[in-house]
This record gives sequence, C-alpha cells and structure tokens, in this order.
Amino acid sequence: MSEKIYAFKIFERIWHWSQAFLIISLLLTGFEVHGSYKLFGYESAVDLHTTMAWTLVGLWVFAIFWHITTGEWKQYIPTMQKVDAMIKYYAFGIFSHTPHPFRATQLKKHNPLQRLAYLGVMLFIGPLIWFTGWFYIFYDKWTAWGWDQYLSLEWVAFFHTVAAFMMLAFLIVHVYLTTAGHTPTSHIKAMITGWEEVD
Amino acid sequence: MFYRKNIAALGILMLTGMLSGSLWANSEPVPAAAPAAAKSSASTADHSKFKELQKKFGSGPEVTKACLTCHTEASTQVHKSKHWTWEYLNPQSGQRLGKKNVINNFCTAVPSNYEFCTACHAGYGWKDQNFDFTSQENVDCLVCHESTGTYRKLPGLAGHPPYKDMEFPAKSGKIVKAPDLAAVAQSVGKPGRNNCGACHFYGGGGDAVKHGDLDSSLSMPSRYLDVHMDKDGLNFACSTCHKTTGHEVSGSRYAPTASDDAPGSHMRGKAEKNPATCQACHGTTPHKIAKLNSHADKIACQTCHIPEYARGNKPTKMWWDWSTAGKMDENGKPFKLKDSGGHDAYDSKKGDFRYESNVIPEYVWFNGNVHYTLRETKLDPSQIVKINSFEGSADDGRSKIWPVKVFRGKQPYDVGNDQLLVFHTYGNDDSAYWSNFDWDKALDFGMKSIGAEYSGKFGFVQTEMSWPITHMVAPKGDALRCAQCHAPSVGVGRLDNVPGVYLPGRHGNVWLNRIGWTLALLCLIGVLVHGGIRIIAARKGAAK
Repeated sequence: MSEKIYAFKIFERIWHWSQAFLIISLLLTGFEVHGSYKLFGYESAVDLHTTMAWTLVGLWVFAIFWHITTGEWKQYIPTMQKVDAMIKYYAFGIFSHTPHPFRATQLKKHNPLQRLAYLGVMLFIGPLIWFTGWFYIFYDKWTAWGWDQYLSLEWVAFFHTVAAFMMLAFLIVHVYLTTAGHTPTSHIKAMITGWEEVD
Repeated sequence: MFYRKNIAALGILMLTGMLSGSLWANSEPVPAAAPAAAKSSASTADHSKFKELQKKFGSGPEVTKACLTCHTEASTQVHKSKHWTWEYLNPQSGQRLGKKNVINNFCTAVPSNYEFCTACHAGYGWKDQNFDFTSQENVDCLVCHESTGTYRKLPGLAGHPPYKDMEFPAKSGKIVKAPDLAAVAQSVGKPGRNNCGACHFYGGGGDAVKHGDLDSSLSMPSRYLDVHMDKDGLNFACSTCHKTTGHEVSGSRYAPTASDDAPGSHMRGKAEKNPATCQACHGTTPHKIAKLNSHADKIACQTCHIPEYARGNKPTKMWWDWSTAGKMDENGKPFKLKDSGGHDAYDSKKGDFRYESNVIPEYVWFNGNVHYTLRETKLDPSQIVKINSFEGSADDGRSKIWPVKVFRGKQPYDVGNDQLLVFHTYGNDDSAYWSNFDWDKALDFGMKSIGAEYSGKFGFVQTEMSWPITHMVAPKGDALRCAQCHAPSVGVGRLDNVPGVYLPGRHGNVWLNRIGWTLALLCLIGVLVHGGIRIIAARKGAAK
C-alpha cells in the first residue's frame, strides 16, 4: 500500500490549472500576434491575449498573497542538495526503476530541480514577460510618461518573445515530467485531487 | 440659398396677387417637384427680395458692386485670403508658396497662362501679371455663394463666366450657356459642396484629376463614399469642417495640421486651432476599443479611415509624362488616345496619362512641415525630383503616419541651370504649346514672362508630388482592419515601406524565431526520446 500526502491545497490546484489554461492560451494567441501562424485572426488574437494577460496578472496577485500569508513561499527556496542526484536519476535511474532520490513531504513537496525550475519561471521568465507585456500595453503612453527615451518597441517585443519561447520550452518539459513521478500519473492525480502518492 | 432659384421671382409676386394671397397665407410647402425645393435655409435674408439684385447685370463685377452695397467688408476680407492672393508665405520654411508661385507636375505653372488658370480664381480679370489685387469689384462673390448651378467660369476668360453663349471647348460643338446673372445673384447663400467643388473637384484640368480624394462624386455622396457628407445622412457641406471666419477658410495643404492633440477646437471660442481636423470634433480618444485609441498617437485618423481614395467611380490621374507630348497623327494633326475606362491615355497637347480608381495610398511619416522644390530651387536631374516633400520621422515626437497620393510624371527642366521651368501652355499666340507644339518657344515665352533666366536647353526630369489624403472618409465598418498592417510577413502590409516602426506580426526578429523554435523543437524531441526509452525500459522490465 502506497503512502499518500496532501500536497496541493484547493487554492493551489485552482491556481495551477487556470494558470495552465491561461499560459497555453497566451502562447497560442501570442505567437499568432507575433506572426507565426493564423488561428483566431489577428484582431481576436490581440483581444484574447490582452484579456487573458490581465486575468493572469490578477491570478498572480492572489497567488502571491496566498504564498506570503500561508508561508508556502518557502517551498521555493532553492537548494543545491540532491540536485546532482536528481539529474542522475532523470538521466539514468528512471530507466531502471531506481528509487526516486527525493521523497516529497508536505513541508517539501517539490524536488530540488522543481524548486529551481519553478523559481526560475517565477523570478525570471515571469517578470520578463510581465514587464515587457506592460510596456507593450502602455506603448502609447511612453511619450507622455517619458519612457520613450529608454524603450524601443522592437526590443520590448524581442524580450517578450524571448520569454515566450522560454515559457514554451518550460511547458513542454514540465508536461512531460508530470509523468516522472512515483507512477506515470501520480503527479497529475496529485494536481487534480491534491493527494500525491509518494511511495 | 432659399428655395427660389430663377427669374420667376417677379412672376411669383404677380401670381401671388392674382391668387389673392391664399397660397402663401397657408404657408404651403413648395411642391417637391421643384428641383431646389428640398433645400431650406435658416437664413434671415431672401436675396431674391433685394432691390439691389432685381436688375439686369452685364458682368460679374457689376454683381459684386451690388453685393458690396450691403456686404461692405466682404471684398477686403476676400483680399486677404488664399482664394484671392494665390499666395502663401509658409512661416515655418519661409518659402513663398501658393498657386501663383508653385510649380506642380500637372499643368505645372500659372504665370504666362493666367487667362486659362484663373477660371478658378475667386476674382475677375486676372489675365496677366498686372492684375489689380486691390480691386473690390473684381472679387467674385458668385462662384462660392450662388446656388443655381448655372454659373460656370471657363478657362480662357480670365475668371469671368461667359456673358453670351459660347462653344466650349473650342470646336467641340458643345455650347456653354451664359448664366442669368440676376437669377444667379438672387440665389446666393452659404457655399455648398458644389461651390467648393466647382474648382476643387476639378483641379489639375478635370474631374478627380488632382487630389484623388476630391471629385464630383462628393457632390451627392453616398454613406460609403463619405460618412460625413452622406447626402441621406449627415449631409455635411465642406464648410461644416472647414469652418470659415471672415472669408478665411480653415485647413491648408501648404501647412497641414499633421498631429492635432488639442481636441475640441471646433467648439465655439476655441477657434485658435485648426477646426478642420478630425480631432477638432472627435477628440483624441474616439474609439471604444482602447487598443485603437492607443494607435492614435502615431497613426493619423485618415490612415485607417480612408482605406482607399478615388472611391467614387471617378479615376484620378496618377501619372503625367510631358516628355511624350507633341506627337502628331498621319495627317499632321494632334490627337488623343483613350484608355479602357474612356479616359485620356495620350493627348498631343499634354503627353501620356495614367488613371486609377480605388487607389491604395502610400504612407509616410508627416509632422506638418512641407518643403517645396520651387522654380529657383536647384535640383538633381539624376534623381526623382520631389516637387514637395513631407517632413517627418518615427522619433521626432510630432509625426504621424499619413496616407498620401503620390502623383508622378515627367516635366521640362532647365538643363543649363538645373531648375524647373515655367512654360506657356495656353494663348492665342505663336508661342503657346497647346497651339504650336514647340517647346523652345513655349519655354522661352514662359521664362521671359516671369523675368527668369533660362539657359535655352531643356530636358525632362521625373518628378513626384505628394497630396495628403483626408477626404472620402469611409464608415467605420470599411476602415482598415488590424491585419492589413499587422498580418504575418507573407504578402503585403500597408505600412511595409514606412521606416522606424515595429509592427507586431510582421517585424519579428528572424534569428530569435529560429533559435526559439529550435529550442522548443529540441525540448520536444528530448522528452519524446526520454519517454520512449522509459517505455522500452519498462517493457523490458515487465518482460523479465
């Protein structure tokens, strides 16, 4: 009989899935606005992208508040402990049923690689995409606010796209690694039910 | 501009007596069958009742004298206007402009051709350089204020209408009737679309030729052609936007307002700004969608809202090559060739033409400053000479992207002095080009008439002239859509030739795209391979 821990509270799960939906939609519409393909039509893509961007901003405000007030932010404190073990596991061990080097607990629900990756998303990709996105949204105010001397739309767009590609790369790897838990579906079940099989 | 329109005024008075006034006592509306009956006027004056106008007039100036008996200051007001002086001193560039001074690339120049060109002068008798600009009676009130539609000034009459029936054009067999000046004078009112249109629709020598966004289709336009002038809708006159005070008409293409950030200038008491801009009524944030308003700091309203010009089934001239003029047919006679649309493709008097309808404008950054190549300006004949150039850039902080008609052609220039030339086109003499087809004589005569130096050697230089597109405003449903500028970089984007602007959807960094998609692809391959090995390993494990 495997052991279970209550890893993800209801807020986290709602946060995660609405964020997943928003990020995938933002990628879809964003790359259409970027000119990569035609899907919704340019105008609709811009509208959807803008609306969902603000929605995600709202969601993050709640998430930040939640993490601070619950102390859950500590889950993301980076550690280099067992990082080498994790890499070794993904590179070799996972193929030969070697036991997972990390055992999740309620106090430490993310393995060290997850911590680093999520922290990177939240502290690097996130801010990069938010700030360039806001510059984009307020492009017409640059002159009035005196920003036009420091910013060019070309570079704002460049870094916004850089962040988008990084988010896309993260998304691909992240979705795959959801299958790399105790069983291929244990991570996914955990994010739906909150309960994660750990052993 | 009351509904009466002809000499029947006196007859009506007599009839009224006979009918014991019953008809008028009931204030019956005038029968709709009368063509001008639909017009009503809020004016407190009915000019057909004025004794001063109930007489036989022999000439335009006689009518003007009658006008001046009441409108004592009218002529002195007109004297200050460009409609009279044909001159404009650009305070920004210091250049002396106006029809009198500018050489364009249509009929090119007014000097030595006054009698012909001044058919569009708001005056009478400007037949040479000695015209008296202080004469009050030579102001033409009628051309702007009459409403019969019968008053027409013909080229060659130095601003006068025909005073007796005459064949026009010469040898065409078409007779232009002399207007009944008394009826015309009694019809006066505020200028309507056809008054302004009498000249401005026909600039460049014919309907729709010059501007591209002004032609006779705007006389009674549909909503599609112009959302403001729509005959069944708002029914604006030109002067609704071109608000006029003391005969000074607002709006100018010599010194256009490229960027109006002071909305409300059409309101009373705010006349210090140009009231003819879109923003004067609509403000700077007229859209419900914020993203559209946020474009308005860089994009002129006209760019999206006038998606094409010459939209009224009147093609506009796009090309005029004077260098091919002068060919004769097998009988040694000048001739014309028509294009498939029935417009002149060639005319021995003028050269080759090209007309186009529903033209997509070219787009330029424009800050309101226009620089002209004047007659005295030195030019480089190895380059296309810009008759005028619109100043502006992406980063001067006051430019917007404007739609323009660029009119191109070839015209004579002085090979010895590298300057544009004035030549004599029209006149009953042995030098006028349209009578004699001799460039040397026409150029010599033209340059002598303005007292300018001419080397005696001429060539043809390619020129282009820009015209801001600002009329024929489409209903909002026909405005440009986002994708027409932003669509992915395949195909044509409207702003492809506008420098210094980053268009999301069109201008993404090619290398970033390559690296980004490669990264995504590598991640995908990586996880697929990783997953594949796991599946294989799992099967082997299970098989054991």
